[in-house]
Amino acid sequence: MAKTHVTMKVNGAEVEGLVEPRTLLVHFIRENLLLTGTHIGCETTHCGACTVDLDGMSVKSCTLFAVQAQGSEITTIEGVANADGSLSALQEGFRMMHGLQCGFCTPGMILRAQRLLQENPRPSEEEIRMGISGNICRCTGYQNIVKAIQYAADKINGVEFKEAAE
Amino acid sequence: MIPGPFSYHRPVTVADAVKLLSTLGDEARPLAGGHSLVPMMKLRLATPEHLVDLHGIAGLKGIRRDGNKVVIGAMTTQHDLLASDEIAKSLPILHETALLIADPQVRYMGTIGGNVANGDPGNDMPALMLTLGASYRLEGPGGAREVAATEFYQGAYFTALEPGEILTAISIPAPANGHGYAYEKLKRKIGDYATAAAAVMLTMSGGKVASCAIGLTNLHETPLLAVDAAKAVIGTSLDPATLKKAAAAAEAIMSPAADARGPIEYRKHVGGIMVTRALTRAASRAG
Repeated sequence: MAKTHVTMKVNGAEVEGLVEPRTLLVHFIRENLLLTGTHIGCETTHCGACTVDLDGMSVKSCTLFAVQAQGSEITTIEGVANADGSLSALQEGFRMMHGLQCGFCTPGMILRAQRLLQENPRPSEEEIRMGISGNICRCTGYQNIVKAIQYAADKINGVEFKEAAE
Repeated sequence: MIPGPFSYHRPVTVADAVKLLSTLGDEARPLAGGHSLVPMMKLRLATPEHLVDLHGIAGLKGIRRDGNKVVIGAMTTQHDLLASDEIAKSLPILHETALLIADPQVRYMGTIGGNVANGDPGNDMPALMLTLGASYRLEGPGGAREVAATEFYQGAYFTALEPGEILTAISIPAPANGHGYAYEKLKRKIGDYATAAAAVMLTMSGGKVASCAIGLTNLHETPLLAVDAAKAVIGTSLDPATLKKAAAAAEAIMSPAADARGPIEYRKHVGGIMVTRALTRAASRAG
């Protein structure tokens, strides 16, 4: 099958590659660009581990072809830290609130949460839970992931984070 | 999981897309959001030789008011529907239903056109389109035609679409001010298809139901309009005996498949409950 030339901007850098039309975006990201922070979980559009940000949308990169992302702007977990290399508010939140155990779902969780907070800077707990409903975590029971996102929202909004009583 | 090989086409006009689909024949499939098709391709349950991506066509996306109709472009995503003030104002049932489809990531990609055109009995929008009296604009090699949603669904994955035709827009008559609406969906988990779901649109007058339409999702190989159930509630105040009668009339036309969502008897039973709940909630919202 003839290969197609694709170009896109990933984490601020222009990248290009030759791909078969059937190459999934997640494979292009991991195998051509060697950005292996984006994980392949279920491969069936359920788990959200492969979530990246594409032109302002959270998408499951296992369910898009790389050719569909021609000309787009993509952010992966490798591109979320602050410019000086320090942790972003969400990364810090996941660290401080123990929002991960095995860490497999974390890149997808953080990318999804980042878009959620951009669309809704002050989400309720319910809105956070619905907002990450396309991301599955098998370790944490979500409790600390929700706290991590609340921590990040408060930090971004300049509010002191207070853990809700349990 | 890697799909089979295919050639990728990205036309920029509807005419070019139609030309591609009609010349490439049965081995070509249109690609909208791709969130039904791509998973099928990864499982090799679908192996099209050509994909005709509709994302390059300007004008297939967007929501506009045309007189007393709301016209929605086929490539409008579920996320676009949720963000639309026009939808929130004139068709809140569409907002309620879109929110029950899949999950946030899928809703950024999944389109209303793909949802209604695929003919998947599990999709939520088709029954809603029957309930709303919607019609679909189909464009093909022979020109454009308008087909009522009630005439569109022929069987599971079988629709009125002819070879080379694509669904380009959906027209929905704007419901009356003060109408009541509800979409009740029973599902096992977020992102699942309905075990059973019911859509209700109604108007009330003096505490009695003046008009009513009821649609059913995933309770037959096609979406259903529960005509007798809707007739049974007209002129009533939705008292318990009437609700029971309506649920029984709806159950009488259901023929769901037995699958992981439950045996036939269970799915019909909860289908009746969805009808009852949707009627009650719709009435409580009617002004």
